[in-house]
Amino acid sequence: MSDSKDFVAVVDSDAKKTPKRIAFITRRTSPQVRVRDEERVMTYPEVFFRTAAAIEVLAIGLVVTSLLWNAPLEQLADPMHTPNPAKAPWYFLGLQELLHYFPPVVAGVLIPGLVVMALIVIPYFNINIQGEGLWLRNKAKRLRTFAVVVIVFCVFLAIFEVWVALVPTLIVAAFMLLAAQTDPQIATGYRASLARKPLSFWIMTWFLFELVVLTAIGTFFRGPGWSWVLPWRA
Amino acid sequence: MANGAANFVDQVRENRIWRSIFRSGTGDSNLRRALFVQQNVFLHLFSVKARRRTIAFSATWYLGALTFGTFLILVITGILLMLYYHPSVPQAYSDMKDLQYVVSSGVFLRNLHRWSAHAMVFLVFAHMFKVFYRGAYRPPREFNWVIGVVLLLVTLLLSYTGYLLPWDQLAYWAVTVGSNIASAVPLMGHKIRFLLLGGTAVNANALLRFYVLHCVILPFAAVLFIAVHFWRIRKDGGIYAGEASSEVTGK
Repeated sequence: MSDSKDFVAVVDSDAKKTPKRIAFITRRTSPQVRVRDEERVMTYPEVFFRTAAAIEVLAIGLVVTSLLWNAPLEQLADPMHTPNPAKAPWYFLGLQELLHYFPPVVAGVLIPGLVVMALIVIPYFNINIQGEGLWLRNKAKRLRTFAVVVIVFCVFLAIFEVWVALVPTLIVAAFMLLAAQTDPQIATGYRASLARKPLSFWIMTWFLFELVVLTAIGTFFRGPGWSWVLPWRA
Repeated sequence: MANGAANFVDQVRENRIWRSIFRSGTGDSNLRRALFVQQNVFLHLFSVKARRRTIAFSATWYLGALTFGTFLILVITGILLMLYYHPSVPQAYSDMKDLQYVVSSGVFLRNLHRWSAHAMVFLVFAHMFKVFYRGAYRPPREFNWVIGVVLLLVTLLLSYTGYLLPWDQLAYWAVTVGSNIASAVPLMGHKIRFLLLGGTAVNANALLRFYVLHCVILPFAAVLFIAVHFWRIRKDGGIYAGEASSEVTGK
């Protein structure tokens, strides 16, 4: 009997007799079961007072801002007189920048719709949950797929002359290639951590980069007729 | 002196009337501290204890709490602004001028509401990216992430509907640009735009609709989803504390 088990699984409610419980944790499991005994604090007062202090600091900052800078107020709304440029609120200016290149159904409906869908499904993909480094497995195959996707996407952006979205894409792609060329066992510092980043990290970072760049361009670098202006010349 | 004040507070809290309202009572025990949270209809959304690692500044940067802070400021200043505001054309714009020249601290009130609104939009985005890069969206917290996405959209809509209310050139044309995008939706774009504006152009009907959305429907939705968002933190095992130790995971 060489394969006999060295433990016996029993069901027993007598905590004095069998006080130890064993949890069998399978590999693909949620982080919920990865619990250990660790130091806890009482929500009241510790957490509430810390939160209140954080909110108070923020409130002081906002009050000071409100005392120093006035909210903008222009002339009475006039449907006969269109300002040039007519700009949406700043958080939509990334979209308005895209509206400059694509038809409204793409920039105004398709792209925001896809972004919201993508955000919602993030936690439902096992590939995101496991979070394995993108290049740690099937590297050659993944590099081929990566090359095809990036080239097709960049050609698409080039056809529509969306250089402002093309440049961040190329920068992120360059960092992905750098990560692919890095062995996390040998490298140190940021290159080793880059090499371990999963696909979701790269997509989200690309999205954040595009969001910041497009919003900044729409806010600061666009003038009459949506032409390029320098913010300090306006 | 300090002792006397503390005694007085204790006496008040042991008072029959006080105890009838707050059943948890007084005392320094952790049991009482737990009851304070657990027996309060609002606070019992939260767990009575939190892991120490989760309250470190580096864990969350307090971005969720700060977002909620801006929401509180916006509710308070928003209600005060409602006292001086008529959602009609062109009275709405005159009310802005009244805030500027007639109402005591009117400019400050409007400034605080405006800058807090911008801060809230920024903080919601920051909170989302922080949660993502920490990996805090993973099971069992996946549905709370989805609620967070809903709250992001509610925040954007709140900010967008509020943008029209001053009825100045900035407001009018920003909303015109935005609502034109709605008409790009295939098949029913123009119907959606008509529903949103209560007409074919941004006019007095649109102002009234945006006012109702901004002051009633969207804040109600926000409170509802914020409550679920907070409650789910407790139900999903507390704020994400990062990777557990290697001895348990066997990594």
